[in-house]
Amino acid sequence: MSKKGPVILVFIVLLLLHQDCWNWDNASLVFGFMPIGLFYHACYSLVAALFWGVVMKVAWPEELEEWAARGSDDTEGGAQ
Amino acid sequence: MTTVIVIAIYLGLLLALALFSKTLFRGTSKDYFVASHSIGPFMLLMSVFGTTMTAFALVGSTGKAFERGIGTYGLMASSSGLIHAACFFLIGIKLWAIGKRYGYVTQIQYFRARFESKAFGYLLFPILVLLVIPYLLIGIIGAGKTIVGVTGAKITPKGTIPGVFPEWTDNGAIPPWFTGLVISAVVLTYIFAGGSRAAAWANTFQTLVFMAMGVLAFYLISDRLGGLGAAIEQAKDTHKVRTLSEGGEVGTAKWTFFTYLFIPLSVGMFPHLFQHWLTARSAKSFKLTVIAHPICIMIVWVPCVLIGVWATGIFPPDVPGGSGAILAKTVGKLVGNPVIVGLVTAGILAAIMSSLDSQFLCLGTMFTNDIVLHRAKKEYTDKQILFMARAFIVAIVVLTYVVALLLYEKSVFDLATWCFSGFAALTPLVIAALYWKRATKVGAYSCVISVFISWLVFFAMSGFGGEYFVFDGVVPAAIMWVIGAAAMVIGSLVSQPPSEKTLAKFF
Repeated sequence: MSKKGPVILVFIVLLLLHQDCWNWDNASLVFGFMPIGLFYHACYSLVAALFWGVVMKVAWPEELEEWAARGSDDTEGGAQ
Repeated sequence: MTTVIVIAIYLGLLLALALFSKTLFRGTSKDYFVASHSIGPFMLLMSVFGTTMTAFALVGSTGKAFERGIGTYGLMASSSGLIHAACFFLIGIKLWAIGKRYGYVTQIQYFRARFESKAFGYLLFPILVLLVIPYLLIGIIGAGKTIVGVTGAKITPKGTIPGVFPEWTDNGAIPPWFTGLVISAVVLTYIFAGGSRAAAWANTFQTLVFMAMGVLAFYLISDRLGGLGAAIEQAKDTHKVRTLSEGGEVGTAKWTFFTYLFIPLSVGMFPHLFQHWLTARSAKSFKLTVIAHPICIMIVWVPCVLIGVWATGIFPPDVPGGSGAILAKTVGKLVGNPVIVGLVTAGILAAIMSSLDSQFLCLGTMFTNDIVLHRAKKEYTDKQILFMARAFIVAIVVLTYVVALLLYEKSVFDLATWCFSGFAALTPLVIAALYWKRATKVGAYSCVISVFISWLVFFAMSGFGGEYFVFDGVVPAAIMWVIGAAAMVIGSLVSQPPSEKTLAKFF
């Protein structure tokens, strides 16, 4: 099974989870100093890093580097 | 005076490090423009992160949290963690591969080839330049205002503390023209000498400095407020939630929160970021950048947002100097130690300069490659190309410096959001170019023209630069993005597909 499908699905779920409507009016504090709306999004940043870590493992475009290294004769940009 | 000495030492260290990197310079235009594709994972992470985070990361995040509350983090930081990384992975790595294979050093070189149109570059070039220049102005003006705030006379309950140089200016502050001159000269010196390699080294150093200074300010301020618990207790309750206040001044509208997801897409079209991507040694160098970028954002933004929220219990909403001065004011009021004030100011300057250098360099690179070399009928030597690039960079720095002085009193900070919006709305162009074989020249022209027209319309509707929302809080970038994407799809479908040769080259 292609790994792209699950990766895209999780990405969409993460986009939806970003809209944490349930925290909108919640003023409670986590650990006595962090408003929960901020704590949630700080954790969200960590989950985003974890997600991209998994993506690097399962969906890394191996062939791209090889493709980039090939065909240096095709060079046509300004910097040679 | 101690504060000024600390800042001067910081600038000296930065120059020394950047000039050291010149010893690694290989003397070729490829090394000058893209560091000969030799930058490893850690420096790539630091230089990309430092370039992406402008002065807004320290100064703006604190100020925005002071105005709007904790919603600032979700609005600008956590969404960026997910979407910036997506752009690095889906756009950055592919562009790196294409740039490396075909020797491109600017976006326009790629788009010209992909869309089989030399004229397309002449359409896109002025738009990209137009969108980058306000960033440069913001950097120089922001540096000037920061130093005026730090070195000027201060009114305290115990009386007036004179400025650092009372004989020089009315309030004793270092004048903005001098700060702008020094900042421009420092950045110009290392960019002139070592190009993108020097920028990568300088950015790595500066990124570490501004991350560390943000955390240091956080620790010291919370300590002076009696600890983390006491600090949040004295803050206004309205700023601990995202609920929109009656007048809409505090909190975040739900549609704004949702549609702001389009704004971080802008990194996919930043020309200065394109150039940083191309400096990568290998595609694998991107892995650390993609994974660690959300964490780096969290390390900088969580402390700054909390400082902004805490400041609501310290300063009135209409604090003199505006919300942009909140970080400096909080550090000055609660910490007071001139060495710490100097270090935090150095951190703010680091955030500013780590973006300025890349933007100066990219404009010089674009002028050289997309205009001069593109039109050239003869072959230039590497030495001539280097001379041209450096001459353009000097001209851009001088022009930016003069314009920044002329616009110093104007509120150009609002323009930043409009620049982000413009770049974000152009991302259908790069996404289609990379992933959609059917994307054509007509689609590309339609996309850029429709985005530019819609940008002009919204910009005019905003009163030329103010905060502006459509309907019930929708940001214009979201609508412009949809318009651009629709124009790309329709324009491509009604025109002839690209040639087989072009498709074979890029897919």
